[in-house]
Amino acid sequence: MALFLLSRPSDLPLARDPSARFLVWITALMVFLATLALAGAMMVSEMAQRWDSGLAGGLTVQIAPLPGGGAAPLDERVEAALTVLRSSPGVKTARALTSADTARLLEPWLGPEAADPLLPMPRLIDVTTDGPVDVPGLAQHLKSAAPGAILDDHAVWLADLRSFTGAVHLAALGLVGLIGGAGVMSVIFSVRAGLAIHRHVVELLHLMGATDRYIARQFERHVVGLSLRGGMVGLALALATLAGVHHASRGLRASLLPDLTLAPWQWAALALVPLAAALLALATARWTVLRRLESLP
Amino acid sequence: MIRFENVGLRYGIESEVLRDISFTLNPGSFHFMTGASGAGKSSLLKLMYLAHRPSRGLITLFGRDMARVTRPELPELRRQIGVVFQDFALLDHLSALDNVALPLRMAGASDADMVEHCTEILRWVGLGSHLHAKPSTLSGGQQQRVAIARSVINRPRLLLADEPTGNVDDGIGMRLLYLFEELHKLGTTVVIATHNEALIRRFNHPHLHLDNGRLHVVPAQTARGG
Repeated sequence: MALFLLSRPSDLPLARDPSARFLVWITALMVFLATLALAGAMMVSEMAQRWDSGLAGGLTVQIAPLPGGGAAPLDERVEAALTVLRSSPGVKTARALTSADTARLLEPWLGPEAADPLLPMPRLIDVTTDGPVDVPGLAQHLKSAAPGAILDDHAVWLADLRSFTGAVHLAALGLVGLIGGAGVMSVIFSVRAGLAIHRHVVELLHLMGATDRYIARQFERHVVGLSLRGGMVGLALALATLAGVHHASRGLRASLLPDLTLAPWQWAALALVPLAAALLALATARWTVLRRLESLP
Repeated sequence: MIRFENVGLRYGIESEVLRDISFTLNPGSFHFMTGASGAGKSSLLKLMYLAHRPSRGLITLFGRDMARVTRPELPELRRQIGVVFQDFALLDHLSALDNVALPLRMAGASDADMVEHCTEILRWVGLGSHLHAKPSTLSGGQQQRVAIARSVINRPRLLLADEPTGNVDDGIGMRLLYLFEELHKLGTTVVIATHNEALIRRFNHPHLHLDNGRLHVVPAQTARGG
């Protein structure tokens, strides 16, 4: 007798419908794509944040070696530039990078030859600020004190970076929206098919006194079960893909790409994607069934 | 219990299948509904179990004017009506026990109550050894009894049966009618649509006789004598 209670069969034999298998795989695909899109957006965001925090609130002065013998030696011009910088309002610190530092920065592009003393390398001064700086005025001062000095306030870089991050976020959001829309359409199709296949049973339940919510719950349970199953498959595939990408990025010799890693909270957020898909499926199934049942007397 | 006043029913733009139907069924009454095929018996039953709304006229059910009942209120009223459909309308994927449990499940009964009551009623209709049988494995008469058990499991105030003896032999048909008699004695209002004159002649109940969409109420004594 307990078997009767444990099995608790659904009033509608929805599990036998051909659309049931279709919904599992379509949800798996949707969750897979949505998880990858979100993970991509999170990685880009993380990367951009690191770059942004490294570039904002700082200036870089580049002093290039000048051809000909008329100009002062490079070291003297660096010292002159440091003097100007340290006396300028808004400048907190100014530190000249050594030739070894500069060679290390250029190594990913130039290789070990970057440290060759015969290579005409510019000298760089890393400046941090703690207030507003008159960038054009400072650039003018630097030019007259240290010919060949170029002041870079990273404004162009930052603007490009922020615009790129915004575009990536927008694209990811659009992609997730499209995927969600396609998921909703699939659920609507599946539920409508179920309502059509089991029209007689639905009408019978209705005549026996089942409320619309009672009938809708049968579809909700069915669709949520399928979505969760498909969602877990999609999530597993997406996580495996991300792990593969992470592994491949670690194999890159040059650090052209930043680390493609996610924080623990971001992994947790990705793990919620199947749940979100199931909730969306539940709401869609309920809405579809209730709307259809309105046509019954 | 039920009052129809000048009720008419038409499907779409067709002419009326029921015309000027007026009658009153008192609580605890037992009526046969008779008439030739196509006379409107099923349509009248559908109006009674709230599958259709009338095209015109007034229907009062359980003291409620059906024209004023809102759609969300209908399920509660429908749960007070037990229906035995002509084709049984059992769910093939469910066992006899699960089929009978449907009305209780809809009413939110506890699992323990469902098992106890469904087992009891299936034993009462002689199917105690077929609790977990699927309808497809049962004979026509057994399916009919499952349908009857399902229609009375939640003690409906009104029991409607559409040709309940149509698919069974006379012996089983007689047993089913005795079942309805027992329910009637328990206080249920019963209406049975049938064209089996031989069976109903043995029971002294009034007729609701339909003839070409019009209703004539034939009192019990006359019915028996006729």
